[in-house]
Amino acid sequence: MLNITSIKKGLVIDHIRPGMGLKIFEYLKLGKADFTVALIMNASSNKMGKKDIIKIEDVINVDYAMLGFLDANITVNVIENEVITEKINLSLPERVQDIIKCKNPRCITTVERDITHKFVLIDKDKGIYKCEYCDHIYSWEG
Amino acid sequence: MLKGRHLVDPQDFSIQELESIFELTQEIINKPEDFNSICHGKILSTLFYEPSTRTRFSFEAAMLRLGGGVIGFSEPGSSSVAKGESLSDTLRTVAAYADIIAMRHPNEGAPKHGIQYCPVPLINGGDGGHQHPTQTLTDLFTILESKGRLDNLTIGCCGDLKFGRTVHSLIKAMSRYENVKFILVSPKELQVPDYIRSEILEQRKIEFQEVERLEEVIDQMDILYMTRVQKERFFNEADYVRLKDSYIVDNEKLKDAKEDLAILHPLPRVNEIAVEVDQDPRAWYFRQVKNGMFVRMGLILKLLGVK
Repeated sequence: MLNITSIKKGLVIDHIRPGMGLKIFEYLKLGKADFTVALIMNASSNKMGKKDIIKIEDVINVDYAMLGFLDANITVNVIENEVITEKINLSLPERVQDIIKCKNPRCITTVERDITHKFVLIDKDKGIYKCEYCDHIYSWEG
Repeated sequence: MLKGRHLVDPQDFSIQELESIFELTQEIINKPEDFNSICHGKILSTLFYEPSTRTRFSFEAAMLRLGGGVIGFSEPGSSSVAKGESLSDTLRTVAAYADIIAMRHPNEGAPKHGIQYCPVPLINGGDGGHQHPTQTLTDLFTILESKGRLDNLTIGCCGDLKFGRTVHSLIKAMSRYENVKFILVSPKELQVPDYIRSEILEQRKIEFQEVERLEEVIDQMDILYMTRVQKERFFNEADYVRLKDSYIVDNEKLKDAKEDLAILHPLPRVNEIAVEVDQDPRAWYFRQVKNGMFVRMGLILKLLGVK
């Protein structure tokens, strides 16, 4: 078992779907961080079997709506003096911008320069979004 | 109030706003001479990023019959678009010259993007396989004219329901009226897209069935909306050839249909309606073409705030 020591002050992003950790790590631009960060992949989990975890030894601004879009099952623990002071449960945001791109090859977003990629949530339970321009359905399952 | 508004999606206008356009359209049909110079000094720009003689002529004829002028292009090769200008810049520029713009674009969602930059009314004249709202206004007006109502109808849609944007727009628009049922007739490969099924039909609890054979269901229909299996929507020739003749209406199939069925078609047709059907009083598609011009006249007047 690999051990990563606990952090004094910062964020622990827990219960990340296995395989999604790296994507979130990249989204948060943690590769360029000058503070201590850890990406743990495939950690064992009672609830999920396996999970990814990100530990951040700093208090950074995180867009929880966007994080929720990337994985709504995530919990974010805010750590102060090595104890959890806040647990944040995420949910899917109503709208997302410039996180994903429309998969419809005929969509205007595939040809127009400097266009904002916009999606709106249409099914909360199934996590289904649609492109605001062309109505094309987007879900993580593809 | 429709003055200054855009038309991107058939649902942009309320049922009452659509009614006001249809009332004005009827006035125009009844007395066209009262309207033949009402748009004097106004300019319509037709930006056609892909060829469509029919829709472009319909828009241009509409404006000319209102006494207005027309500028535009019928394929982007002859415009600044060929130099790589963005859609947003083109619209900002053209809006400086024209009072109203009608645009057809091969990319889906182009008008939704465009309205953010367009200070004059922008009418979607078709965006890829997505929406074609002025065709929908035409279809709705023709249904109203043939049946006297837009509610309590069983509407059959037949042919290419996957890429046929006129069908998507029609389903969206008609699903707002009371007790409307749909019978969707197509090969499995060309069924309506998922978003129409999940977001419109299932979410609004609208009764619909999907079948493969027209002759099994034609007797239930009040409206039969035929569509062409469009060659350009296919990715390969073999699929097109295999499917294009699957769904053809002829006198034989019409024997089982209701006496007051109305057959509509956005045109052009290839062979999906046999020529023999043209003589049948249930054939409304040529009337529908003319209605298209009149409805666009009504729409232009409303968006310009002239009437």
